[in-house]
Amino acid sequence: MANRTGFQIPRFFRYLIFALLAFGFTEVIANEQHDHEPTMIDSETQHELEKAEMNAGEIIIGHIVDAYEWHIADYGHTHISVPLPVILYDEGKWHFFMSSKFHHGKEAYEGFQIAAKGANKGKIVRVLDDGSEIKPIDLSITKNAFALFISSTIVVLIFMSVAKSYRKRTRHAPKGLQSILEPIIVFIRDEVARTSIGEKHYEKFLPYLLTVFFFIFINNLLGLIPIFPLGANITGNLAVTGVLAMFTFVITTISGNKNYYAHIFNTPGVPWWLKIPVPLMPIIELVGVFTKPFVLMVRLFANITAGHIIILGFISLIFVFGQASLYAGYGMSIISISLSIFINFLELLVAFIQAYVFTLLSAIYFGMAVEEHH
Amino acid sequence: MELVNPGLGLIFWMTLAFGIVFFILKKFAWPPIIQALKDREKHIEEALHAADRAHEEMKKLKLDNEQLLKEAKEERDLIMSDARKMRDKMLEEARLKASDEADRIVENAKERIQNERMAAMVDIKNEIGTIALEVAEKILREKMKSTEAQKTYIDKLLDEANIK
Repeated sequence: MANRTGFQIPRFFRYLIFALLAFGFTEVIANEQHDHEPTMIDSETQHELEKAEMNAGEIIIGHIVDAYEWHIADYGHTHISVPLPVILYDEGKWHFFMSSKFHHGKEAYEGFQIAAKGANKGKIVRVLDDGSEIKPIDLSITKNAFALFISSTIVVLIFMSVAKSYRKRTRHAPKGLQSILEPIIVFIRDEVARTSIGEKHYEKFLPYLLTVFFFIFINNLLGLIPIFPLGANITGNLAVTGVLAMFTFVITTISGNKNYYAHIFNTPGVPWWLKIPVPLMPIIELVGVFTKPFVLMVRLFANITAGHIIILGFISLIFVFGQASLYAGYGMSIISISLSIFINFLELLVAFIQAYVFTLLSAIYFGMAVEEHH
Repeated sequence: MELVNPGLGLIFWMTLAFGIVFFILKKFAWPPIIQALKDREKHIEEALHAADRAHEEMKKLKLDNEQLLKEAKEERDLIMSDARKMRDKMLEEARLKASDEADRIVENAKERIQNERMAAMVDIKNEIGTIALEVAEKILREKMKSTEAQKTYIDKLLDEANIK
């Protein structure tokens, strides 16, 4: 072991170079590897390998979806994870316990367990004697909820501090954090709110637009940092994007003026026979009212999730290749890491663009809601 | 599918968390930030306007200054010429006065000289008279030393007086 450390770095490079050269001949190397341990090749290991390769998808999805515990790493066969509180309401009774009681989803506790498959996969269910599952009202602080609290605190802290520096340094040039955020705030105000809503009404919606922009933007960025307690896929979760879209929808609906509703139920400039007797246009317009927030929800979710899937996919490739051959794994790691770095940079851009798009579309919907008749 | 099956709990916590964030920021963070930005923009705009105005004013002031300078120059010239005139006048007057004075002094001197001369003349006359009297007395004394002469003279005088 002692002299291994001396060899480690050159050997590592040798592997890399060799793997690079041999990258096109993965199969040959894989065969070589197998030749070294001929006795081990039985149907079971083959099966294991296949299973491991197939599991990449499962692993990726496992990293993207919500969870009842915060899994950090595996060391050997030990799962290192942070247990989170489970809060359930079932048959008139509240249940509070830590998710560690499930022993990483392997055991049931108080009759509850995490469904391993089926429609409720990954959710806590109560399995009845006949095998059917009952979903309790589940208000658990899941991984995403927990990360949400952390990022919300960060957002609040950032902007309280910025607000403080604005209060303290009125009429002065911005400084520090303030100077980083000010161009973005001004951009949202001038390019998003003002242009989409109009000079007359934009100030009413500005706090929401700024909050939603920075909430999404900061959560997008924090989601890219793969270190506990960051890196949860918050904005790539339908519940989160759905709630954000709900807020936009509710605000649009509440602030809609006479003109806005007239436009939906009695669309001007459309032949009468499209409205009576079959209210075709009103139906289309009404569906449009609901598709708008739906699209907001899906767009943000899909973009962020896709980015995470791509990065995780590249990382998984290392292990998929590594499973076939150690050398191939090393070789793949170079390509995978460079590609994931590239995708990470792309994701930084996407983090901004998606926050911007969500805010812009919200602003446009608000603008439609308060638009004056002309 | 798990990915598109949002959890009720997360919806609840998200609504709560985002609602609270929105509420806090709307209440405490955005108003001062938006207000400060607006104030600063207004301030900058005002400052720019003020600078423009100052520039205009400066231009006007410069013009005014030039006008003033011109006026001042004219006034100076006027004052100078006045002063020159005054000086000339004063000089003239002084000269006149001086010459008058001189005349007067000369006159006085002349008068005094005249007086002195007259006094001297009187003195000299008196002196000459005294001297003449003394001389005449001496001559007479010499002449009338003898009784004979006295008699002769008296006779002569008597003759002349025709008392005889």
